[in-house]
Amino acid sequence: MMTKERMDSIKEVLKPKIVEKLIGEDKVELRGDEVVLKGEYYKKQVRIALKNCDIVDPTNIEEYIAFDGYYALYDSLTKKKPGDIVEEIKNSLLRGRGGAGFPTGRKWDEAYRYQADKKYIICNADEGDPGAFMDRSILEKDPHSVLEGMALGGYAIGSDQGYIYVRAEYPMAVKRLEIAIKQAREYGLLGENIFGTGFNFDIELRLGSGAFVCGEGTALMESIEGRRGMPRPKIHRTAHVGLWGKPTIINNVETLANVPVIINKGYEWFRGIGTEESPGTKVFALVGKVENAGLVEVPMGMTLREIIFDIGGGAQDGKEYKAVQTGGPSGGCIPADLIDTPVDFESLGKIWSIMGSGGMVVMDENTCMVDIAKFFLDFSVEESCGKCVPCREGTKRMYEILDRITKGEGVEGDIERLEELSETVSSASLCGLGQTAPNPVITTLKYYRHEYEDHIHNKSCPAKSCKPLIKYFIEDTCIGCTRCAKACPVSCISGKVKELHVIDQSMCIKCGACYDVCPVKPIKAVSII
Amino acid sequence: MSTVKLTIDGKVAEVSSELTVLQAARSIGIDIPALCYDETLEIFGACRMCIVEIEGSNKLQTSCSTLVKNGMIVHTETDRIKSTRKDIVQMLLDSHPNDCLTCQKSGECLLQDYAYRYDANFRNHHGAMRPQLMDTSSPYILRDNSKCILCGKCVLTCYQVSDRQVLSFSERGYDTKVVFGADQTIEESPCVSCNRCVAVCPVGALVDKRQLGKIRNWDGNTTVVMCKACEYGCEFEVYSRNKENIAVTAKAPSNGRPLCLKGRLATELKYLENPDKPYIKINERFEETTWDKALGITELIEKINRLEKDNKEEEE
Ligand SMILES: Cc1cc2nc3c(=O)[nH]c(=O)nc-3n(C[C@H](O)[C@H](O)[C@H](O)COP(=O)(O)O)c2cc1C
Ligand code: SF4
Ligand code: SF4
Ligand code: SF4
Repeated sequence: MMTKERMDSIKEVLKPKIVEKLIGEDKVELRGDEVVLKGEYYKKQVRIALKNCDIVDPTNIEEYIAFDGYYALYDSLTKKKPGDIVEEIKNSLLRGRGGAGFPTGRKWDEAYRYQADKKYIICNADEGDPGAFMDRSILEKDPHSVLEGMALGGYAIGSDQGYIYVRAEYPMAVKRLEIAIKQAREYGLLGENIFGTGFNFDIELRLGSGAFVCGEGTALMESIEGRRGMPRPKIHRTAHVGLWGKPTIINNVETLANVPVIINKGYEWFRGIGTEESPGTKVFALVGKVENAGLVEVPMGMTLREIIFDIGGGAQDGKEYKAVQTGGPSGGCIPADLIDTPVDFESLGKIWSIMGSGGMVVMDENTCMVDIAKFFLDFSVEESCGKCVPCREGTKRMYEILDRITKGEGVEGDIERLEELSETVSSASLCGLGQTAPNPVITTLKYYRHEYEDHIHNKSCPAKSCKPLIKYFIEDTCIGCTRCAKACPVSCISGKVKELHVIDQSMCIKCGACYDVCPVKPIKAVSII
Repeated sequence: MSTVKLTIDGKVAEVSSELTVLQAARSIGIDIPALCYDETLEIFGACRMCIVEIEGSNKLQTSCSTLVKNGMIVHTETDRIKSTRKDIVQMLLDSHPNDCLTCQKSGECLLQDYAYRYDANFRNHHGAMRPQLMDTSSPYILRDNSKCILCGKCVLTCYQVSDRQVLSFSERGYDTKVVFGADQTIEESPCVSCNRCVAVCPVGALVDKRQLGKIRNWDGNTTVVMCKACEYGCEFEVYSRNKENIAVTAKAPSNGRPLCLKGRLATELKYLENPDKPYIKINERFEETTWDKALGITELIEKINRLEKDNKEEEE
């Protein structure tokens, strides 16, 4: 059985060793009494969910304990009542990090108050947004924080059984979780009679099949029950009627990783970080055309500018920054002039985007907004479970229209058709996937309507990205170096050495090879029109 | 069980607190449209036709899956609702073949009804349509995938009988389809031809092949009869024209009545002058058979014949 004394002695011996070793490797520094990762990239970050990542060894439970791990569980089980934990989380105003931002404490309270012979707590580790890897990092690098968060949730609502639904495409995360669960059981931190208090709690893994929609809470439960992962209509709250008809709490990985820290440090401390309505931090996966891509955890309310420019270093290759997509494939595109928007649930909602699970895709001047809307919508079309009519049929039709527009076949009325379909799909779909799928279209239509109009009326792509709408053309500045003619895969460029070269437009496949190799400076002789 | 009082389209309803808004509305004669709702099935929430507006929320909510609450004020046919329903029907029509003229379900098809009610129509377009997959392998059921609107009723009703559970969804997104067994033909699948699915299908995707081309819903009379083959007493409909009975079809199963092929064939035999030949499935093949074999009464008949013969001999 694990005891406080044993944890204290582990901490006393191990922590100084780990810190010494990491300082020796120049990986960490001390911020107050906190051990934090060292480097420019981390200066503006505040790490709660990621606090142990790259610091403790995820395969050694003792290292987690050395960094205050399982102390929150010990204190709660020995000194607090389940209702106290619910109150603490309620007071912290922690909001779900899996997308919708629902107050975690309120959800727990619902399940806590509902009498039942069995209750469940599920960790949603199905992270399926393309480009997102926040949850994966936590699972791989600090799995115990999630286990402890779940055990605390179990104690709070009166559940003795947890499930982690993790996607099978994350083999490393699965392995680390298996090791962590095994060790936690060996140390008496999962299983029967934890800390000798009579509290039982165990966790099982369930591997997801990879369908994005299985991350939706009720589809996930269907999937655990062995049925096809399709969302259920929400007649009852899952906190009352969830997995196998029992009260069930489902929380995201990052949400759960916040829980032990909040219990340890108190809700007031947590509320001191971030904004009034969205306290704490959020982990973002900063990707796309950004100089320093990676995971960042920052206080809620930090502006997009600080995240993208101060931490991310702005657009890649000195190109001009154009927009950022937040919230994954169903988020909104935010134009450059709204770069000073603070990042929290409310502020993003006001400008038609969402926090989502924390994807942040940076776009530069060469990104065509019609094409990007099509790209994101394509994901929703592919991942729709096919259950409800608006999502299954509507997103497909929207995709067909966008596809037509980017091919130069857009017609009068397409924009209006897109707007109507967006309205129906978002207001009438069954689950969040359909309800938010039109967001990229809605926001690009709102902020970049002229790009749509250019495609449709002038058959031109202002970002010069849609192949069917652009032409490669060689200007008089051509020096006749012949490089383009050699590079062209279909040999449609003719011209003698040191003479002006010409592209046969009827044969050109618009691969851009000529543009890439043209050495003329500062402006290439090959132009895109 | 407590009762609640709510207002739907200006009418007051006093109903059990366990009802959904859709059930409450129907109980006072307000017909909220729905393609996937069926009171005998699990609530599925797929078609989204039953959306209503509830004061205090600006979201559209599906009345099939919203429980009534005291003081609720519900509107079921606002302009916003009508236009959304029209869009939904239009989306379905855009994927559906323009085939009402010769469709067996014409006249009793819900999609047709709602197209009329919300003024949606077939139209030409260059986009995708549901693939034409026709399963003609069964003498009892004709399945036309291109007409399926994926309401899920067939899957749910077949699932209710634990030793059947033949149907399921397969693929996803626009390619989603209902499959028999492991995406087999009806003949190869474990389907027992009970026609539960046919009875609940709201469109022409699953039809009774023995009725096909003979008579349609509005083209004669129907009488509901009760099957006498077993104690469940499932209901069938006898179609007739000019006093001649033409076809027998299964009525939607209710109150735990399972429906079965034998009962349907027995009912055919009883009511039809010239029923089509019966078939039974042997080793995943439908084979023509005799009525006594189809009804599983060969031994009984033999015994009856023998007894009668013995009787006669005794009398002589
Ligand atoms: C299509 C879809 C996919 C989702 N995928 C995930 C996911 O991968 N991980 C996750 O935590 N939440 C996902 N969610 C949100 C969950 O439904 C649910 O809100 C969340 O797990 C609740 O946890 P939280 O309150 O801690 O955020 C998804 C929602 C939708 C509609
Ligand atoms: S909105 Fe899309 S993903 Fe969600 S239930 Fe409907 S079809 Fe399935
Ligand atoms: S006929 Fe009966 S067994 Fe066959 S698929 Fe339909 S409901 Fe299932
Ligand atoms: S076959 Fe009929 S009942 Fe089955 S899903 Fe399609 S439309 Fe619905």
